[in-house]
Amino acid sequence: MLLGVVVATTSLLPLGFVVVSTAQLGGGEAADLLFRPRVGDLVWNTTRLLVGGVTLSVVLGVGCAWLVVRTDLPLAGLWHGVLCAPLAVPAFVNGYGWVSTTHAVQSYGGAVLVVSLSYYPLVYLPTVAALRRLDSSVEDVAASLGIGGWSSFLRVVLPAISPAVLGGALLVGLHLLGEYGALQLLNYPTLTTGILDQYRTTFNGPRATLLALVLVVFCLVLLGLELLARGQRRRSRVGSGVARTASRHRLGSATPAWVLGLVGFAALTLGVPLVSLVRWLVRGNSSSLPQGDLGAALGSTLGLAITGGLLATVAALPVAWLAVRHRGVLVTVVERAVYPANALPGIVVALSLVTISIRVVPALYQTLPLLVVGYAILFLPRAVVGVRSTLELAPPVLDDVATSLGCTRAGAARRVTLPLVLPGLAASMALVSLAVGTELTATLLLSPIGTSTLATEFWSRASAVAYGAAAPYALALILLSVPATWLLGRAAVAPARTDPKGPA
Amino acid sequence: MTGLRVTGLTKSFGAVRVLDRVDLDVPGGITAVLGASGCGKTTLLRLVAGFLEPDAGTIRLGDRVVAGEGRPVPPRGRRTGYVPQEGALFPHLDVAANIAFGLGRSRRSAAGRARVAEMLDLVELPRAAASRQPHQLSGGQQQRVALARALAPRPDLVLLDEPFSSLDAGLREETGRAVARALRATEATAVLVTHDQGEALSLADQVAVMADGRFLQVTTPTNVYLDPASAAVAAFVGHAALVPAIASNGRATSPLGELPLRGVREGLVLLAVRPEQVAVTAKDDPGSLAAEVLEVSFFGHDATVRARVAGTDEPVEVTARVPATGVPQPGEEIGVRVVGDVLAFASGATA
Repeated sequence: MLLGVVVATTSLLPLGFVVVSTAQLGGGEAADLLFRPRVGDLVWNTTRLLVGGVTLSVVLGVGCAWLVVRTDLPLAGLWHGVLCAPLAVPAFVNGYGWVSTTHAVQSYGGAVLVVSLSYYPLVYLPTVAALRRLDSSVEDVAASLGIGGWSSFLRVVLPAISPAVLGGALLVGLHLLGEYGALQLLNYPTLTTGILDQYRTTFNGPRATLLALVLVVFCLVLLGLELLARGQRRRSRVGSGVARTASRHRLGSATPAWVLGLVGFAALTLGVPLVSLVRWLVRGNSSSLPQGDLGAALGSTLGLAITGGLLATVAALPVAWLAVRHRGVLVTVVERAVYPANALPGIVVALSLVTISIRVVPALYQTLPLLVVGYAILFLPRAVVGVRSTLELAPPVLDDVATSLGCTRAGAARRVTLPLVLPGLAASMALVSLAVGTELTATLLLSPIGTSTLATEFWSRASAVAYGAAAPYALALILLSVPATWLLGRAAVAPARTDPKGPA
Repeated sequence: MTGLRVTGLTKSFGAVRVLDRVDLDVPGGITAVLGASGCGKTTLLRLVAGFLEPDAGTIRLGDRVVAGEGRPVPPRGRRTGYVPQEGALFPHLDVAANIAFGLGRSRRSAAGRARVAEMLDLVELPRAAASRQPHQLSGGQQQRVALARALAPRPDLVLLDEPFSSLDAGLREETGRAVARALRATEATAVLVTHDQGEALSLADQVAVMADGRFLQVTTPTNVYLDPASAAVAAFVGHAALVPAIASNGRATSPLGELPLRGVREGLVLLAVRPEQVAVTAKDDPGSLAAEVLEVSFFGHDATVRARVAGTDEPVEVTARVPATGVPQPGEEIGVRVVGDVLAFASGATA
């Protein structure tokens, strides 16, 4: 319990920091800093990017999911892979691919397009999972009541999958709020890029903090909107009975057109960044390529990724354990406390850790432990979700049975619980590690001088328009993201875990 | 055979007293604890298994006191086999490893393998099943493996917590009989918790009827059915309709006419009229009461008819069992007659 409280408190530090340091500024001073045309521009830019990016991501994500799951699209399995693949290209690498191809994307439209192409899989994946789980009999019932086609989709299917779509849209929104690299490359200033600019020029002045507060407000508004849209209605299957797989809609003579459309889409999502990457790789080879730098960056990235993943997973264990085994008011509070960190952009977490370390424990400032703690806070929610679903694989009744068969509590943990949860823990840790490996924003602020990771090395070259020199790092980042993408893509289409109750 | 003796067992969760000074004596064989859900029967089982600690009272297994005097014996030291509702096989282990789980160090030896084979025979599963994974088994097979796992370390007592309730009807009866056969073959003492009276009456040597954290009656299945201790037991076991009446000299005057009584009662009583005691006759049959059919449930081998007997100032509803060949329609006027003597209980016992 104590451990859980400690973890929850730590993950609330950044939020507390923003609130406290804003409160320390006088009201008048804060207002002066806040009501400037520059801030207004940033807020306006952020808002329209959110609206445009989330809308486009939802349209793309839901549309693709529908095509893959519910139509007789040829090679649907392959297309599923292709449609998940953009997740493996970090958004800032994607931005680099586009910018180094054409400068036309350095506009509102370009920014919306590029971020949507990067983030639509966050809507696509949960929608695919939801569509696959959707009991087709509700559609059959709708059809028997004389409702079909579009109105069936809008009135029956969409409401049923709306939690997944909303959840995905929320994720896209939060990612857009926290996105720094891609938008900086696209020369599209938002609150996040504004904060980093402020940080660069005035180092941790009250302006950066105030902008962070505005950003946090944006996050809270998004969370609230999602809660509101979700409402209290019951979305899951009502009643028992075996869910049947849905019949697929026939595309018929429109098939070639749809396939062609998907090919074109894939050319935008994957073709552009990959082709430009290859182009720069080939061109960069002629110039001298410092192999040593790449090796060092790869080494420190792997080290940080593994430590960060391990710490986040270990920190998630007590929280998840409490949530699964000891439900109660306090436990719910602890569990919920972990989640705001997920909504906070990396920039806010990093900024707060910088300030807190300077004010409270200066010895920690600019050290690797602080960077790892930052990673752990950022990715703790992800770890908690993974660890929690893993712990649910080992219900307490198994412990009961084991002890009644003569096991001690420790023996039951060793012979029953551990073998059941270890694979899940490892997978969850791997996911967090991979996310750490490609994290840019917080790393830029928190990494000690002289520590280079793939992301920071890529960034220092790409932002200096040394596109050729950045290419090898971009490639390494993409390769690093492939396993996680593969895992996520597979999880979305995996059949529901076989229930030990029913016959297989 | 090791007996189980529970005395004065009390357990509360917060302000709710789930078990209230419960006494139970299980000399051997299979005892079914029968009660509606929430009556405290699962709590009783978990207390005996040692997963919970009682607030008061003692639990004796054979001559060992496992709870109530000094520190309670932990579950691992009680030598009780536990078969939970959903079987709860260890999902990462195959059937053989599941059954051998409680065998200690011998589980990988030849003796361990022999014991696993013996257990598979006992629960009537093919030996080839040993290498299967739990999720490859049907629900009934999973329950059999769960029982084999519980029996393998030769426990003093086997506790079964509604082991058949997650199975569908056909499988339930078959699995129940197989489990009872296996328990009797090992001469194990077993406590079976269930809400299904058919299961309790057909499988057990002793039935303990429970309601609101107390036992209403503990006796043989025959006695529970033929000689229920109270109107509540009669209503629960055998679905008797309770009809108010006035008794005197071995006869009762009731809305169903004047009926002979079993046992001696005087004054205000409640009659327990079982479906098989109610005969359906033609509407104008002499000696019958006019009734209107409310509801018919057809089962194939027979049917039950719920009918309202009018005529007196207070209409009474009874249920009758009729052969499949003469099933009346809802709304139809029929005649009903109570056959044989009926059970009577002091009025107010159900309140």
